[in-house]
Amino acid sequence: MPKLADFKTTEKSWWCPGCGDFGVLAALQKALVDLGVEPHNVAIVAGIGCSGKIGNYINCYNFHVVHGRTLPTAMGLKLVNRDLTVIAAGGDGDGYAIGGNHFLHAIRRNVDITYIVMDNQIYGLTKGQVSPTSAVGFKTRSTPEGNIERPVRPLQLAIAAGATYVASGFSSDVRQLSRLIAEGIQHKGFALINVYSPCVTFNRVNTYDWYKEVLLNLDEDEAYDPTDRGKALQLLIDTDERVRGLVYKAPDQPSFQDLFPGYREEPIVHQDWTIPEEDFAQLLEQYR
Amino acid sequence: MQERRLASWKIGGEQGQGIDSTGEMLATVCNRLGYYIYGYRQFSSRIKGGHSNYKIMIGTEPVASTSSELDVLVAIDQETIDRNHHELVEGGILVADAHFEPVVPEGCPARLLSVPLTRIAQEVGSPVMRNVVSLGVSAYILGLPLEAFKEVVMERFGRKSPEVGEQNVAALEQGYAYAQEHLPELAWRLAPGDGKKRLIMMGNDAVALGAAAAGCRFCAAYPITPASEVMETLMDILPRYGGVVVQAEDEIAAITACIGAGFAGARAITATAGPGISLMQEAIGLAHTAEIPVVIVDTQRGGPSTGMPTKHEQSDLWALLFGTHGDTPRIVLTPSTVEETFYATAEAFNLADKYQCPVFVATDLSLALNKQTVEDLDIRRIKIDRGALLTDEEIAAQAEPDGFRRYRITESGISPRPLPGQPKGQYLATGVEHNEFGKVSEDPKNRVAMMDKRLRKVPADPAALGLEGVTYSGPETPDLLLVGIGSTVGPLSDARKALEAEGYRVGHAQIKVLAPLPVQQLSELFARAKRVLVAENNAQGQLAALIEYRVGKAMREQGQPVPPIHSLRKYDGNPFLPTEIVAEAKEVTSYAQAG
Repeated sequence: MPKLADFKTTEKSWWCPGCGDFGVLAALQKALVDLGVEPHNVAIVAGIGCSGKIGNYINCYNFHVVHGRTLPTAMGLKLVNRDLTVIAAGGDGDGYAIGGNHFLHAIRRNVDITYIVMDNQIYGLTKGQVSPTSAVGFKTRSTPEGNIERPVRPLQLAIAAGATYVASGFSSDVRQLSRLIAEGIQHKGFALINVYSPCVTFNRVNTYDWYKEVLLNLDEDEAYDPTDRGKALQLLIDTDERVRGLVYKAPDQPSFQDLFPGYREEPIVHQDWTIPEEDFAQLLEQYR
Repeated sequence: MQERRLASWKIGGEQGQGIDSTGEMLATVCNRLGYYIYGYRQFSSRIKGGHSNYKIMIGTEPVASTSSELDVLVAIDQETIDRNHHELVEGGILVADAHFEPVVPEGCPARLLSVPLTRIAQEVGSPVMRNVVSLGVSAYILGLPLEAFKEVVMERFGRKSPEVGEQNVAALEQGYAYAQEHLPELAWRLAPGDGKKRLIMMGNDAVALGAAAAGCRFCAAYPITPASEVMETLMDILPRYGGVVVQAEDEIAAITACIGAGFAGARAITATAGPGISLMQEAIGLAHTAEIPVVIVDTQRGGPSTGMPTKHEQSDLWALLFGTHGDTPRIVLTPSTVEETFYATAEAFNLADKYQCPVFVATDLSLALNKQTVEDLDIRRIKIDRGALLTDEEIAAQAEPDGFRRYRITESGISPRPLPGQPKGQYLATGVEHNEFGKVSEDPKNRVAMMDKRLRKVPADPAALGLEGVTYSGPETPDLLLVGIGSTVGPLSDARKALEAEGYRVGHAQIKVLAPLPVQQLSELFARAKRVLVAENNAQGQLAALIEYRVGKAMREQGQPVPPIHSLRKYDGNPFLPTEIVAEAKEVTSYAQAG
C-alpha cells in the first residue's frame, strides 16, 4: 500500500508561506493514500498560475499544460488510459476565465476525471489582478476603483450544466477536503471540487479568518440532502456559495466511457493497434 | 464513331439540388467500369442555394488535373450556363432542363439538348429526381452502359425504400431514352474502361485510413471546412477497433486533448484548416517543449481569417513553418496525391513518436476534397514504429532518488520516455523550461542545453527521416524547372507534358516535405536547370520565398550560380489549370531566348 511519503517530492516549494495551496496538496496526497492508488497510476494535469505548480510537489505522472486547458488535456489522457486516476488541477483564473469554455463542456461530456480548482479569488502569480470569482467592489491592481463585474458562481454553474459531483472545500480543513477529493475520484464521471484556498499575499479580504467565519459546513447539517438538485441550487443561491462539503451528487449516471460505442475495458494504450489485412480490405470496399 | 480516351463532364445548379450526389454517382459508375477519375467540386459556404458544380474528368489512363475544357455540361439552371458555357468545346453538348427555357449565349460552340428534366422527373414521381434524369441523359451521351448506372442508383436510393429506388431507376431510364431519341447520332463515345475496380476517394478519406492503419486510436477535432470528413470517417472506423473520437468544443480543446492522449502514449490526430491552425498555435509549442507526439492535419483553404472556407489555397505554408512562439524544430509533410496522403499520414505517426514532437500533414482543399482514382492502398507497407519507449525494467534500472530523467540530454537529442502507468517512471512534463527531470529550471546553461537538445532531434534533411523530399520528372538539364507542392502536382505534370509535346525542355519537381526542406536535392536540380518557375496557390509566393532563401542561400554558399527563380501565384480560390502554367512557362522561357 502506498504511503504519504511516496507522493512527496524533494522539490522546494515556490508557494508563499501560508498559501492555501499547501492544504490542497496535503489533502490530495492523503486522498490518494486513503484510496490506495500507486503514484505511477496517477496522472495530474495542472494549469498555469500558482496552483498549477502543484505537480512539482507531488510524486506521480504530472503534466503542466498551457493556461486554461487542463480539462481537454485530462480528457484525452483519461480516454486513452482508463486505468489511470486522472486529476485536473488549477486556479480560478485558469478554470473559470481562460478555461471557462472547457469547464462547461467537460461537465457535459462527463468523462471520468476529477477537477480540483484552487479558488483564491485573485490572480496571484501575476501579482494581484481581479479574478472571475472576485466579489463586486473588490479592489485590485486591475480594478483600483473596485470590481464592477459580477463573479462567476462555479458551483451553480456546474450543477446547472449537469455536473454529477459538485463539492466545495476549504484548504484549512484537510480532513474534509481529502474526503471530498477521494469521493470525487471514486465518482464515476466528472467531479468538481472547488476549494477556497486563500492567497495570503494579494488577497487581504478573503482570508483564512474570513472564510472560517462565513463558510457553512454542510457536514454539520444532518438534514442536508446532497442528492436533491433543486435544493442544492437554492442553498448555493441563498449562501452565495459560502459553503463547504458535498453540495450535490447525482444518482449513478453513465459517463462518456460508458456511452461511447465500442469503448473497451482494456485501455487504448495497451491494445494491439494493428488492423488485420482482411479487415482493411473490407474498409476499402466502400471506396469502390 | 470516334472513341475518346478522355472526356470531361460537369453538372451545375443550386446547392441542395443533388449536384454533389449526381457527380458522386457518375464517378462511382466510371470507377466500377475501370476508368480513372479526377473530380472537382465548386461549392460555397451555405446549405441551400448558391451556384455549385461538380466536374469530373474521365479517362482510360490516370488523370491528374482538371482542365479548362468541357465536353458535356448539365445545367439545372440558367446560372450554370452563364457561368460555365465558356468551357464548352466544339462538339460539346449542353444538356439543360427545358423547364427554365435555357438561353445559350452567342458563340457557344456546343450543341444544346433541351431535356424536360423536371417534367420527366415529375411524371415518374417527384421533381427532385431531375438530377437522376440528367444522369440517364449523361450515360447515353458518354456512351456508358445504362446497367452500371442502375446498380449505383439502386444502391443509393434503394436504401431509403425499394419504391424510391425503383422510381429513381425509372427516372434514369427515361433520361437515357429521351437522349437516345433526340440525339440519334453522336460524334464520339468514351473508349471502354478496363473493368478494374480501383479505389475512388478524397484526401480526407486517405488521412483517416492512414491514421487508422498506423494505430491512431484517438481523434479530437472541431468541425471545419474542408477537414471535417477526417473526423467523420474516423468516427466510423475507430470504434470498431476500440478507438475514440471526440468532437471537441473548439480547436484548442481538440489539440490539447490529442496532446493529453500523446502524453499517455496513444497515437492521436486532429484535423483542421486555417482558423483551427491559428487557434492551436500555443498548444503546438507545448507539445514541442514537453516533447509529446501528436499529428496535426491542415487542409489548407482560402485565408486569412475566415477567408474563403470552401475555396482552394496553399497559404498556410508559413504558418506551418513558423507558427507558435519560440524556437521549435518542424516536420511538415506535404503529400501531392490521395495515395501519398495515405502513406504520409501513416508515416507522420512514426515520426511523431520517434522525434517526440508534433508532425504536420498539410494538404489543401483540392487534395482534401476532390475524389481521385487510387490504384490500391497497401496496409502491409505501414509499419508501426513507436520510437524510444522504455520497458518497466529499463525504467527501474534508470530511476534515481530525485525522479526519472525523462529529458535526458542525449547525442541525438531524443530522450527515451516512460508512459504514465509505468512504475518508477514518474516525471513532470511541462511547457516551462525544465531540467532533465522535467523540473522547472531557468538556469542559463540548462536552458541552452535543453533548447539545443530539442532542436537537434529533427534532422535537417528529409532523407535522414527516411522521406523522399522531392520527386522529379523530366530531362537531365531542363531549360525550365517547374516546382510545386501539394495538389499542384496534377496541373504541373500535365503542363510539363504539354510543353514537352511542343518541344520545350521542361522538368517538374514536386516537393513532398516542406520541413525539413530538401535543400540538397533541390540545389542539385536547380544547378542543372536554366530557370525555375515556382507555381503555388497563395498571394505572397510563400514557397518561392522559402526556396529563394533556403536553396538560393545553400547554392551561393557552395559557390554555385543560382538560376533565376520566377514565382507564379494563383489565389482566386481555384486550382491551377495546366494551360495557365503552360502560358507562364512560355512567357518565362521567352525571356531566356531573348537573352
